[in-house]
Amino acid sequence: MNKIALVIGAAVLLAGGYYVGQSGQKPATVIKVDSQPKAAFTSTGAEEVAQSSAATVRSLVTPTSGELIVVKDGESIQDAVVAASPGAVIKVMPGTYKETVYIDKDNITLSGVIEQGKYPVLEGEGLRNDAVLYSGNGVTVENLYITHYKGNGVMGQAGNNFVIRNNFIVDTGVYGIFPQLGKNGIVSHNIVSGIEDAGIYIGMSDNVDVVFNQVFDSVAGIEIENSRHALVESNFVYNNTGGILAFITPGLPIKSCGDVLIRNNFIVDNNHENFAIPGSLVSNIPAGTGVLVMACDDVVVEGNIITGNDSVGITFTDFSLAGNAANDPDSEPNPNRPKILNNIMRNNGNDPAPAVRVVLAAMLETTGPDIVDTVGMDDGCILNPERYRTIGIGKYTECDFSTTANIASYTLPEPVPARSMEDMDKGKLAFYGICAGCHAYGSRMIGPPTQIIQALYMDNPEGIAEYAANPVKKRPDYPQMPPQSHLDEETRLAAARYMLQVTH
Amino acid sequence: MHLIATALGRFLGLLVLAVGLPASLAAAELVLNENCPPGFELSGDSCKLRSLYQMYNSLQDAGVGGLKTGLPAYRDGFTPQQIDLGRYLFFDPVLSGDGTVSCASCHNPDLGFADGRGRSLGVGGRAMSRSAPSLWNMAFLQRFFWDARASTLEEQMQGPLYDENEMATSPGQLLDTLNAIPLYRELFRQAWPRDFETADAPIRLDQIYAAIAAFELSLISLNSRYDQYAHGYADALTEPEKEGMNIFRSFVARCAECHTPPLFTNQQVAVIGTPEPEDMAFDPGAELPLAEPTLRGGFKVPSLRNIALTAPYMHSGRFATLREAAEFYTAGRGHAVPEGEDLKIHWHIWEPDLSDDELDRLVDFLQTLTDESFKPSEPLQLPSGMRPVHNTIAREGLTHRDGAPKK
Repeated sequence: MNKIALVIGAAVLLAGGYYVGQSGQKPATVIKVDSQPKAAFTSTGAEEVAQSSAATVRSLVTPTSGELIVVKDGESIQDAVVAASPGAVIKVMPGTYKETVYIDKDNITLSGVIEQGKYPVLEGEGLRNDAVLYSGNGVTVENLYITHYKGNGVMGQAGNNFVIRNNFIVDTGVYGIFPQLGKNGIVSHNIVSGIEDAGIYIGMSDNVDVVFNQVFDSVAGIEIENSRHALVESNFVYNNTGGILAFITPGLPIKSCGDVLIRNNFIVDNNHENFAIPGSLVSNIPAGTGVLVMACDDVVVEGNIITGNDSVGITFTDFSLAGNAANDPDSEPNPNRPKILNNIMRNNGNDPAPAVRVVLAAMLETTGPDIVDTVGMDDGCILNPERYRTIGIGKYTECDFSTTANIASYTLPEPVPARSMEDMDKGKLAFYGICAGCHAYGSRMIGPPTQIIQALYMDNPEGIAEYAANPVKKRPDYPQMPPQSHLDEETRLAAARYMLQVTH
Repeated sequence: MHLIATALGRFLGLLVLAVGLPASLAAAELVLNENCPPGFELSGDSCKLRSLYQMYNSLQDAGVGGLKTGLPAYRDGFTPQQIDLGRYLFFDPVLSGDGTVSCASCHNPDLGFADGRGRSLGVGGRAMSRSAPSLWNMAFLQRFFWDARASTLEEQMQGPLYDENEMATSPGQLLDTLNAIPLYRELFRQAWPRDFETADAPIRLDQIYAAIAAFELSLISLNSRYDQYAHGYADALTEPEKEGMNIFRSFVARCAECHTPPLFTNQQVAVIGTPEPEDMAFDPGAELPLAEPTLRGGFKVPSLRNIALTAPYMHSGRFATLREAAEFYTAGRGHAVPEGEDLKIHWHIWEPDLSDDELDRLVDFLQTLTDESFKPSEPLQLPSGMRPVHNTIAREGLTHRDGAPKK
């Protein structure tokens, strides 16, 4: 079943290129010496990050308060997280920890202590779901050895300003590292292997750098999906089914992908048999794929060493690769404005996957190309196309820039701030969002009218806040108020202050 | 039996006039609420949504993320009077062709604004092919109906109002009926004073739709125990519930990938291949309205807020309990797809191999999403003079819980 999907996916993938019919044309070698430097690279994300001077590149550190919690072998990391206040650093000593760690707080640093080469090991035993889950902002996860989980190694849901670095993630489930729905993060210096989907997967996120990682023996090495402003640089990505991917996956709530720089990576020998989960998008990737861009816009491929990938070096394609997924009328399928600068490409396409081989045979070819654009985009650009064996790039023009060096990082110079509240006082939100369920201004609802409470408490919001935390039965004709101690003291007090000054 | 009921109903409008209004409902005495419903601040003359979730960021303002994630785009800004008028209309069976059902018949506030049935019943007890969705948190939704065919509530409500099997009225009958009831004319004047400066100004359809939408959009449920946890109160959930939450958002169960906080839906159409009740043919879902063959069998991902209140589950109510609904996802990718159907099953439907304990914990967690603290009160009397019907007709039990008709 899965193999059939794979064959169909691959057939569609290359049939597009054949249809475009550019395969027979071999670009002439043009030898020239530029008298003028090329223009600077521009992207929609450049403005945001332009302030980054060399000294501040990727300087993001998550805030700490000085609080330190040490977890020793035999103790629980989660207990430490429960005890931690925002700003705490949790140091995990070498040992084996059999648990799922979830961090629903801001500014927590979860940091392994490495002694004589020994790491703290999070051991999933093939039983546990995810090793580390976080939803807070400002979370760092570093220096851990994570293995044998069923789901993900490190998974983020919506935390901004995250740092995931220096971890080993070995033989662990679906994704190794998966920050999702977050803005401004760094994934660096991780060693990830044996993952049945993507080793490092940036999903629906903005402003993320994926740098200096080693990813191998997985189905997809590094995948950028439905994300904007991602830098994938200086990674060593080898022996995966596909090396580096930039995708729009149809059917997700955030539908765009763009401004992805794939730069200065080693993308080598990605010929691993595809062992993806049936039905997954990556189950469609032909073994031997170096770089694969599906529907993602403004992707720049620059300065990579792309060698020994047995099917195709670089592929730009549309949703025809995702033949096993439903279409999404709201997702734009084309890989618009592809940009291929100078890359070192050798020995690609030497032993194409069977499905790719079939398509090539129809074109009287036995070797896969360095570069294929199955759509035949007419808004792409490339430098020195004569250096490569290509299919489908006949309408590409020469890029008007030769480097993206002016983008040192897509992370932000300053952390994403908390949401600007404008006139949204926290007390007002708590009052209308919670208290008003029982207290109307001038009339009886479930609790007594706000007017009466105002008369009772006048200048004493502290009294309201205190009572609300531990209410007692006061009025025979009203039900007892449920405690509002779920709101912290500051919020209760703000709501009480607001309550004392509403006028209708 | 049905015929008699229908025939009676035909004369209903006349009947209301003939009987006249109870003295207690004389026009001058009924004043629409000048205050916004809970969860809203009166700002100028309109009601603005307020929630602690407005303190939080949301990537691309999409309103999907984790615990402290901002809300998706929403609709508010109606006046208190428009919302209150909508409340009267919502509960009033005079809106149906034969006076036997109101909006609340299928969207009963006591049943999570659904009806407790697998497939809903319309006039004369006629069975629909789909389950009535809950109306909680409609303010945040971009598309309506299980097959996502409407993009506004105003567009949506014309479906059930005018469907001959549902409320079975017509635009003409609706206007004639409401315009013939002086109290409704007075209430519409209170809701849209500038439109009724002349005594003969008629009630218009767009006002009827707007008022009902205004009421429906005021049904906010964001104060569950889960929300208390999300806002930072760690003790709001028990240990088993937290375990359930971690299974829910894990990449093994993957529930949160589509039922994404804070609304517990990503508002997409997904093909997951749930079975129909045994007596029902396969429902092609979004394939037809969206003209997209690959979305055959696709339905809108429903919010899971207040889900414990709205059994049975799925678009045609095949699963009687949350436990059964959760179990569907671990029984094998495509296991319930009828023979001959080739569906593009969503990639997150896989074989997570959840244990019995894990399924129990998921159910524990889903029960923490219940919050009815802003449940509106039902009108004591209706402007038409009719009695509310939703707690009589809708509970007679003409079907089994699995949606199959009783023999």
